[in-house]
Amino acid sequence: MDAEAIRSERDSGTPLIELIGITKRFPGVLANDDITLTVERGEVHCLLGENGAGKSTLISILSGMTVPDAGIIRIGGTETSMNSPRHALDLGIGTVYQHATLVPTLTVLENLILGNTTGVRLNEAEGLRRLDELASILGADVDPHAVAGNLALDEQQVIEIIKALWKGKAALILDEPTSMLTPAGVGELASMLQRLKGTGLGIVFITHMLHEAIEMGDRVTVLRQGRVVGTIAPAELRSTDSERLRDRIVEIMFGEEANELSDVAELHVEAFESISQDEPDSGGGPGGQVQSVGEPILKLERVSLEPSQSSHGLHEVDLTIAEGEILGVAGVGGNGQKELAEVLAGQRPIDSGSISLRYNGAFIQIGRLGVHSRHEMGLRYLSDDRRGEAVVGTMSVAINLVLKRIGKPPFWKRQIIQHAEVWQHAEATIKEFDIRTPGPDTNIGKLSGGNIQKAILARETASDPRIVVYNKPTHGLDIRTSLAVRERIRQMAADGVSAVVISNHLEELLDLCGRIAVVSKGRIVGIVENGPNAERRIGDLMVGAFAL
Amino acid sequence: MSEALITALLVGAIAAAVPLMLAGLGELISERAGVLNVGLEGMMLMGAYGGFVVALATGSTWMGFIGGAVAGGLVSLVMVVLCVRWGLDQIVVGIGILLGVEGLTSLLHAAQFANTYPRLGKAAAPSIPWLSDIPVVGRVVFGEPYMVYVTLIAVFVAGWVLRKTPWGLAIRATGESPEAVDAAGVNVVLVRSLATLSAGVLAGLGGAYLSLVSSGNFIPLMTGGRGFMALVLAMLARGRPIWLALGALLFGFATALTTALQIFGIDIRPEIVNSLPFVVVLVVLTLFGRDDYLPSSLALPYVRGER
Repeated sequence: MDAEAIRSERDSGTPLIELIGITKRFPGVLANDDITLTVERGEVHCLLGENGAGKSTLISILSGMTVPDAGIIRIGGTETSMNSPRHALDLGIGTVYQHATLVPTLTVLENLILGNTTGVRLNEAEGLRRLDELASILGADVDPHAVAGNLALDEQQVIEIIKALWKGKAALILDEPTSMLTPAGVGELASMLQRLKGTGLGIVFITHMLHEAIEMGDRVTVLRQGRVVGTIAPAELRSTDSERLRDRIVEIMFGEEANELSDVAELHVEAFESISQDEPDSGGGPGGQVQSVGEPILKLERVSLEPSQSSHGLHEVDLTIAEGEILGVAGVGGNGQKELAEVLAGQRPIDSGSISLRYNGAFIQIGRLGVHSRHEMGLRYLSDDRRGEAVVGTMSVAINLVLKRIGKPPFWKRQIIQHAEVWQHAEATIKEFDIRTPGPDTNIGKLSGGNIQKAILARETASDPRIVVYNKPTHGLDIRTSLAVRERIRQMAADGVSAVVISNHLEELLDLCGRIAVVSKGRIVGIVENGPNAERRIGDLMVGAFAL
Repeated sequence: MSEALITALLVGAIAAAVPLMLAGLGELISERAGVLNVGLEGMMLMGAYGGFVVALATGSTWMGFIGGAVAGGLVSLVMVVLCVRWGLDQIVVGIGILLGVEGLTSLLHAAQFANTYPRLGKAAAPSIPWLSDIPVVGRVVFGEPYMVYVTLIAVFVAGWVLRKTPWGLAIRATGESPEAVDAAGVNVVLVRSLATLSAGVLAGLGGAYLSLVSSGNFIPLMTGGRGFMALVLAMLARGRPIWLALGALLFGFATALTTALQIFGIDIRPEIVNSLPFVVVLVVLTLFGRDDYLPSSLALPYVRGER
């Protein structure tokens, strides 16, 4: 049966996709345990669950990347083996993966026709026609000859969706598609999914965000530890208000732990609900962060980086951060956040200006010091590129935990590694930070993103931190881990450790920070005191800067 | 400068450039697919030997070239199985291939030809009325061995295939991001296997050119580092066959110049003269190699679903 037939067979009553008793075991983990679920035509089926609940495994089974150990997959009523991505595509199932699958050096059109043309020559005309057709269904404006690597993340995501739809004529699978998007991008995605649903496509949508599931889903399935622990049918989703749905989903997700976590879930719902109601309350929620702030500890004066082809650089950035302060940095992704973080950490030399850190009572110029010296002086950095630059994936958790103290006692004595010390340190840290790993000797690259982040957090905040720079600290983490990370930042601030938190999630900054600096095109366009209307004022600065 | 000198220089430049162009073209294709073929020198050497043996047996230069292509292709199959299929380290396997072929061809040569030293006849070249009689141009442009024209055509065909065909697109994408290619439903292993195989075939042809056309016999280790030179040229060409051809011609010209200097008895120590081509490459590397671009996934094995 071809993809078109699978999709058009609407009246027959057979579901589009049926998974029956899917089980998949990886060494040491039962990733999927007897999962049964169906996807109907013209319906958005949301999959919710924490990191490691088995969502990603299920997706890679649906996209043909992984073959299950047991279970039946039926597409349009016909049983299939689905043993390669090609096979899935031929059955009309297109997937938008969590990681980017565009080839950065190719043009948009080349990316789209990759694997989709036959014949001796590339059929660009045919490609352009199909691109126009899909772009108009999505309501997107696409430049076919732009080089993919030069596009903003929001734009790349649209191309990823078009790419998945190219062959995905029956079903579209989206693995955490919103994690890299701006709020505007998320809104756009929601309306695209609405249109696609109207064409009879079945959509599987994976997310961490409860509000997205409630807002966009027609059916919600919750996974926990590889099992389906609850489903909310379309009728119930439509008839229940979002407040009650949220409570219900939290209950399914966490069972008896739900009560202690319900506040956290709220954080995620708050962001999409009305903005106007953020009145100051006593601690905790948005706008209510009271911070006792001490003397200045870090000063940036007219710090500049030359712009380059891929970056806006930095333009005369002035910032002062006080002891115990949590300073937020907001802005649309790619406006100088990464540059600012790397300049602070010492990974990138500045072209002009000065950075000074208070050390032993006096301000010291650290603009020319490297990462190591700054680390020693208590300036720490949690990169957003966790797998790439924050850890060595093929080395053990234990070694990664002492990676920035190579050669230092007690882990090294006379330049010889003390395995017992490293091991003990790892065991204690794993326990303290609740890092889920089979053992200290497991390669850190095998862990989930959330557990890697916990390990990096442990490493960077060990042994007398004084100011910590966080780049997207909770990006891609589940609710529980996000909460733990935020709590740690807050606790350390209470102990006098300053923090610079760079984040795409405004809600997170409003929750944590006393002041929030807004960056745009490498400039700081304003610093907003957290409080009533802070969200609106930050939004204005971001938008105002856009208009420039 | 005399007409004879100019002709000799240009003919020499082309003769030295063609093996580099062929092997470099193969390397360029496999690099774009993400396979770093360090064994290129070995594939050339096997091509030189295979070409010579077949040409000697059949008496046909063309059959010799086919033999060289097959020999180079067979060696590259080792790379296909070990590196592309099983995901072993490309550099280690490449070096292994080089050493293995050096030993094998030397051994076979010693066993077969150690006492006879057979030679092949001169490779045929076209003779076109009027055109071949033009001074310099007649010999340089219209009087080259046939394989020279085949090579130039191959350069343009490869450029066209890479730019304009689905296969070319798949090869370019595989070197950058094999995950993306796999997700798009294209068989990464097949693309890399064919790219590696074509590197073997082209390197085999380049080697055969050395034994069949340049020298007319097979000498152990006769490739003398040309495989590595081709590897460098392929990297400098940033994936563009036309730049590869120009680079090979530049190197060929430097080689011809050293020969000419020696023939005309200019009084410089031969060691210095002989190092000229390599100095030229070093200068080119420092001038243009700084911002060279290599595919992101070059030399990285691809295994589906592994992180």
